[in-house]
Amino acid sequence: MSFEAFLIVSAVLFCIGLYGSLARRNVLAVLMSIELMFNAVNVTLVAMAKYLAPAALQDDISSVLTGQVFAIFIITVAAAEIALGLGIVFAMYRTSGSVDLTEATQMRH
Amino acid sequence: MLFQDVVFWLLTVMAVGGALGVVLVPDLFRAALLLIVVFMAVAGFFILLSAEFLAVVQVLIYVGAIAILIIFAVMLTRDVQRGNLPNRLQIPAAVFAALLLAALVTVAVDTKWDFLPADQQARAELVQTSAVTTLTAEELTEAGVTSPEEQAEVRESGLADLLISDYVLPFEAVSVLLLAALIGALVLVRPDPGTRRG
Repeated sequence: MSFEAFLIVSAVLFCIGLYGSLARRNVLAVLMSIELMFNAVNVTLVAMAKYLAPAALQDDISSVLTGQVFAIFIITVAAAEIALGLGIVFAMYRTSGSVDLTEATQMRH
Repeated sequence: MLFQDVVFWLLTVMAVGGALGVVLVPDLFRAALLLIVVFMAVAGFFILLSAEFLAVVQVLIYVGAIAILIIFAVMLTRDVQRGNLPNRLQIPAAVFAALLLAALVTVAVDTKWDFLPADQQARAELVQTSAVTTLTAEELTEAGVTSPEEQAEVRESGLADLLISDYVLPFEAVSVLLLAALIGALVLVRPDPGTRRG
């Protein structure tokens, strides 16, 4: 279990999420894949906070927590994103009766 | 160290297997349940990385709120029967994701990372632990933090202090963002104004 192992696991998670968000037709599946990508980034940030030495560490020991603070902000933004995303999904479902992204063509022309 | 390795590989299998399930399982409801498995595995990673507070937040917000919301949405939209179909971009998307993965792994392995010196590693872990618990003077002395000034420094550093001192501006911005997202979501799911009663 080394620092690189954490980075590689989160890279794998991120790429699975990327594939899912590009290749799925159901908008809920795309939202779930985006959540996977958020989680992968959080693992990277926290791993870097634990193992790497920021330049600010010499003055202030509490800067080892910076990565965790960033992860907290990402979790908050992910919560906002999923609230809005599901709102849009419901609006789309109400107007077109479908959550299939390939059929969401009302805004074309 | 061996125990941590075993836990790490178990969590890796959980996370990667669950993630593959999320994007490949045809049944959307099962995909949403597998997403919870991934969230729990990531919470386990946070504990391994001595970020216990984040692990708890992960379970509360991702498993408790986001996953439940997604399951709610899967059950409300009746497209579940059609399943999780791929679109025409399947092969280009797979190629793109694989290329990105190769690039990321190369960067992760090849970069000469600037690691924490071994003597500072123990102290950094103490700071991360003190974010969730109170440390006694004996524990600090055992970890090599002997002088009273250093002990006070380790004790006083915490996530909450960082959030309302160095990062107070992003913190307030995120608060406003959450409020805006809440109002936006309410506006989006509101019935049409024409059909509203008196």
